[in-house]
Amino acid sequence: MKHYEIFDKKDTRSGFGAGLLEAGKSNSEVVALCADLTGSVKMDAFKTAFPDRFFQVGIAEANMIGLAAGMSIGGKIPFTGTFANFSTGRVFDQIRQSVAYSNKNVKICASHAGLTLGEDGATHQILEDIGLMKMLPNMTVINPCDYNQTKAATMAIAAYTGPVYLRFGRPVVPNFTASDQKFEIGKAWMVNEGKDVSIFATGHLVWKAIEAGYILAEKGIDAEIINIHTIKPLDEAAVLKSVAKTKCVVTAEEHQRHGGLGDSICQLLARNTPAPVEMVAVNDSFGESGVPEDLLKKYKLDTPDIVEAVLKVLARKG
Amino acid sequence: MAEINELKRTASQVRRDIVRMVHGCKSGHPGGSLGCADFLTALYFDVMKHNPQFSMEGKGEDIFFLSNGHISPVFYSVLARSGYFPVKELATFRQLNSRLQGHPATAEHLPGVRIASGSLGQGVSVAVGAAQAKKLNNDASLVYALMGDGEMQEGQIWEALMYAAHNKVDNLILTIDFNKQQIDGSTVEIMGFDDISSKIISFGWQVLHMNGNDMADVVKVMHEAKAACGKGKPVFIIMKTEMGQGVDFMMGSHKWHGVAPNDEQLASALKQLDETLGDY
Repeated sequence: MKHYEIFDKKDTRSGFGAGLLEAGKSNSEVVALCADLTGSVKMDAFKTAFPDRFFQVGIAEANMIGLAAGMSIGGKIPFTGTFANFSTGRVFDQIRQSVAYSNKNVKICASHAGLTLGEDGATHQILEDIGLMKMLPNMTVINPCDYNQTKAATMAIAAYTGPVYLRFGRPVVPNFTASDQKFEIGKAWMVNEGKDVSIFATGHLVWKAIEAGYILAEKGIDAEIINIHTIKPLDEAAVLKSVAKTKCVVTAEEHQRHGGLGDSICQLLARNTPAPVEMVAVNDSFGESGVPEDLLKKYKLDTPDIVEAVLKVLARKG
Repeated sequence: MAEINELKRTASQVRRDIVRMVHGCKSGHPGGSLGCADFLTALYFDVMKHNPQFSMEGKGEDIFFLSNGHISPVFYSVLARSGYFPVKELATFRQLNSRLQGHPATAEHLPGVRIASGSLGQGVSVAVGAAQAKKLNNDASLVYALMGDGEMQEGQIWEALMYAAHNKVDNLILTIDFNKQQIDGSTVEIMGFDDISSKIISFGWQVLHMNGNDMADVVKVMHEAKAACGKGKPVFIIMKTEMGQGVDFMMGSHKWHGVAPNDEQLASALKQLDETLGDY
């Protein structure tokens, strides 16, 4: 099992803020819109650097999506920022018609996704956003794993033309990917090559998968771990190549089992090479208030849950 | 007033196009389309500086957004008649593999359409965003938008109204088709607002009034609206129209909002509308 050094611990939303600032510096067409959460989604550095290209829209997310679509018509590259719940579920039809169907170059940037939003509870802990966004034609869906990767992804989507949903989170988590990485949209990232089982993880659970990999290695299990930062378009070739070797799969994500990464992997395998799959995901329930780490334990999204899922799927592989 | 007469002649052909398109596919929305035929004709043949050699960005030209996308027949007719695409393509309205979707869309790349609309309440936000992009681009041309009066029941409209006034988006002229009809009946019955003008003024907009079925008045007020731009407030025009204007049996009721005429009704309608530019 490859060793990963934790450089520091940072929130992925700050990676977004840093990436947005860089994107703003390198391209004067980049504009940012925020629905009254500038500090929370870390858009303040962009706002300070480019006050004329920052638009405070107030608590009016539907309007924000429409404004962004309109600005893109004038050649701007709008980044909208609010919590993931208000970025997707609240404005699904606005995104569907004015952004996805109209194929506008809008970047919907969503913080505080998943259970690890923590104490605010289930009203804010959206676990359905990946599903909502990946169902939309034209939409690219990205869920990076740490600060460095979120920063790189933010800069990459500014250079890509088309609608993008970029999902990131609130808590401080290990920052372990390279600070100078080149982020390739749609390209799965090999975390660890192995032969016994394929673990496909996204977002915060990539680090949990690495921790699980160390535990599994002690048990003599050689896990292949792949970071699926782009859920759509899915790197189908990378997934199929891995499963051809390992013949069994664990998926890990901070999202509902219905509609998430695991769902995409299962569809792909069912259409190509069926293999046993265990899904580490929220099982058709809402979240609740609590400390992020406690929530991951209670909802079975933690390191031991990934280990357990691997043992289970290995038994099924036979 | 030769120019006004010319516009009226064009509007008559646009109305013929509308009823023929809706009859041809046995579906669509003739009522609001007919009511807005004078306005859209004035916009595309007199008021706006625009380029039928379509570019999505529309830099340096006036651009228009239709928020009440169901009146697509009138939109398509003025676009075709002003040279955005071949007039004969109007015959494909709402048919399989057509660029003329039931509601306007960009997916098929129909020249003249910059955003999909149909799900109501979204077009004003888009227009405001496009107007702000023009300001960022130092582009002095204007953004126009049209919405329905029933559409004001959508909350997003009010979000956009509030935002545009607060941000002094004064390169925007938003017109409401005040025909007081919606699918289930009159707006007065369903969600009446007696004094729309005072509401919009209190939201910080300049308000003008217009008879949308009097071509001379449309041209006069639209030019006043242009003159009112650049003064720190967005411009809102309350345009009174008659749903179904120009076809006697379609007027004065919400019943022709989304119903196509049969052969007999088409013949009756066409008798009332001069063929001035040649049918498609």
